[in-house]
Amino acid sequence: MLQKIFALMKKEFRTILKNKKTRMVLIVPPIAQILVFGYSASFDLNNVSYAVYNEDPGIASRQLLARFQGAKVFDSCVTVHHDGEIAPLINEKEVMLVLHIGPDFTRDISRGRPGKLQVILDGRNSNSAMISLNYVRNIVMDFNSHWAATHGGRHIPARLVVNSWFNNSLDSHWFIIPGIIALLALVVTLEVTALSVAKEREAGTFDQLLVTPMTPLEILIGKSLPGFIIGFIEATFIITMAILWFHVPFRGSFLVLYFGIFTFLLSAIGIGLMISSISVTQQQGLMGAFLFLVPAVILSGFATPIENMPQLVQYITYLNPMRYFLIIVRSTFLEGASFDLLWNLYWPMVLIGLATLTAAGLLFRNRMY
Amino acid sequence: MNFTRLRGLVRKESLQIIRDPSSIGIAFFLPVLLLLLFGYGVSLDARHVPLAVVVEQNSPQAMALVSGFKQSDYFLPVSMRSIQEAEQAMMQRQVDGIIWLRHNFAQELMTGSEAPVGVIVNGVDANKARLIEGYVTGVWYNWLERMTGEQGQQLKMPVTVEHRIWFNAEVNSRNYLVPGLIAIIMTLIGAMLTSMVMAREWERGTMEALMVTPVTIREITSSKIIPYFILGMGGMLLSVLMAVFLFHVPLHGSMWALLCSSSLFMFTAITMGLLISVAAKSQFVAGQIAIVITFLPAFILSGFVFDIRTMPVVIQWLTHLVAARYFVDILQTLFLAGNIWPLFLVNSAWLALMALFFLMIIKKKSHKLLE
Repeated sequence: MLQKIFALMKKEFRTILKNKKTRMVLIVPPIAQILVFGYSASFDLNNVSYAVYNEDPGIASRQLLARFQGAKVFDSCVTVHHDGEIAPLINEKEVMLVLHIGPDFTRDISRGRPGKLQVILDGRNSNSAMISLNYVRNIVMDFNSHWAATHGGRHIPARLVVNSWFNNSLDSHWFIIPGIIALLALVVTLEVTALSVAKEREAGTFDQLLVTPMTPLEILIGKSLPGFIIGFIEATFIITMAILWFHVPFRGSFLVLYFGIFTFLLSAIGIGLMISSISVTQQQGLMGAFLFLVPAVILSGFATPIENMPQLVQYITYLNPMRYFLIIVRSTFLEGASFDLLWNLYWPMVLIGLATLTAAGLLFRNRMY
Repeated sequence: MNFTRLRGLVRKESLQIIRDPSSIGIAFFLPVLLLLLFGYGVSLDARHVPLAVVVEQNSPQAMALVSGFKQSDYFLPVSMRSIQEAEQAMMQRQVDGIIWLRHNFAQELMTGSEAPVGVIVNGVDANKARLIEGYVTGVWYNWLERMTGEQGQQLKMPVTVEHRIWFNAEVNSRNYLVPGLIAIIMTLIGAMLTSMVMAREWERGTMEALMVTPVTIREITSSKIIPYFILGMGGMLLSVLMAVFLFHVPLHGSMWALLCSSSLFMFTAITMGLLISVAAKSQFVAGQIAIVITFLPAFILSGFVFDIRTMPVVIQWLTHLVAARYFVDILQTLFLAGNIWPLFLVNSAWLALMALFFLMIIKKKSHKLLE
């Protein structure tokens, strides 16, 4: 039996690797994508370009604006001289926000009236708008306590002491990069498996395979193993990049993580092979792969939280293996989670894997076309 | 270009589409399904965040702060007796944050020694943590104002921040995510529709049969583009209608601008699919390339969720290779801000340039094959 499986596996590897283009597709994009996405996929704001419309000649506004110039998040400042310049700057995305200080700013503050800082934000990306507004508020709060301390004002009676666990500086790369491991592992396994049976169906060689002494189980294993091996290699590569290149802290154990990878690959391969054995043509296989991949990624919690989804959509995500694996990979990286906190995330993936693999095996013989 | 021949080819292609309903499904059914699923599913606005509240000693001030959290739409506060219990709940992901008022909180408030309000957030999802921090600050600030007001003094902040958020005053992330989704879905549809069509002819040997007829490569290419373009535009129209009428994304720009840019983008997406098909020459390879180079770049590098303006400069250049980027920009602006022509024209020019470039490579690659 092992010999037969090994022979089929060898043949599968040859189909995947013999063509130069397929080889390239398996090797180049994951490397390029972890690099590009690792740097680009982030919710943090850097180099926010802003404009200043300062009508106040006084010292207070200059001190406040100096804080913006010194802030790491804010960068490249445009000076505005009259009202009409504001709209085009924001409309054409030259700047993300405009700070407007009225003519009485310093006078108000020194007389004990609050000085108004008006902030106009581009809400087209409302997330960026909210986050940059928070940065503005933080700068103003710092300015306020400094001003109160140096100008004999009344103390603010309470202060917020904010601590964030697992990610002290709230660097969202630490959240996204472990997610990319899941993303690329899913894409690669689907790529290897989703067209593999459909291709043979279309060429007619699958019939030949069925009349050999191999049982459907052996065919199934032979077709799955290349996906496993390639998936493991690529996942390992991306994990190495995440730790050594992007310096995402790894606080858990590799055993916990790799058990997660194993169950995740099992479910992904099962789904890929099931899609492939339902499809009669490769075009249908491709369509099936996209039909699974796109919702699986968008509704996984990779970029937008599952808790924000309506209840019905949340129920649907229980069928999505990536949902479970994302939590495992992020917890092992950042929280250092152990098996006992994660065990209830493993078995749904095993279940999905077994169910889809069984379906694929049954469809091998019984699919009419 | 001979139009009789072209018409014949287009007819053949259309029949092929009609007889394999999967293409029609891709064009019409898929965008509706995906947009329904994602339009409701994708949101970045944290609402009803479970929050553990630990008040070690009751006092009117502490109660007032807690009730501020209870009234807020953003939080679902749960009272807990000790900080240990709260930390336990956070480890088990039952709560996303902790508010901790120590036993001497009221006392410190009175003596004016800047009483600390402890806030602990789970930083694994950094973006959410930052949003929670912002909401907590809002509740805290309201409480401060009210408390000092009750004591007969006005809270004197030297500087107050007044903000106006243009284009999306209620800060609803769905308003910018849904237009972005249309761009992503259409990228996929374009690639799915056409990435196989040329490769299929090569693989089945019908390409050679076509070669011996008098049709030119340009006619073959056009006959592949026209029917799929019409099909894709149908799906596009459905998606736009859904965005406007189902998800109530305000459409401030003109319908004509929307139609023009949609056609331009659909054309670019389809030529991209065709290019994959021509370059791969086998369906297997074409399918693999399509999976790898269409979805993920459109998802991550288009500005759909991750703001391009905050990426490193080198990556910002790279995003210019992603067609979806221009369409996301056009759609977000047309929907939320209106007709902002400089932005519209620049993005459209880029799209047109990309389509031309794809067509040129298709032509070059196809010519070689004829020899």
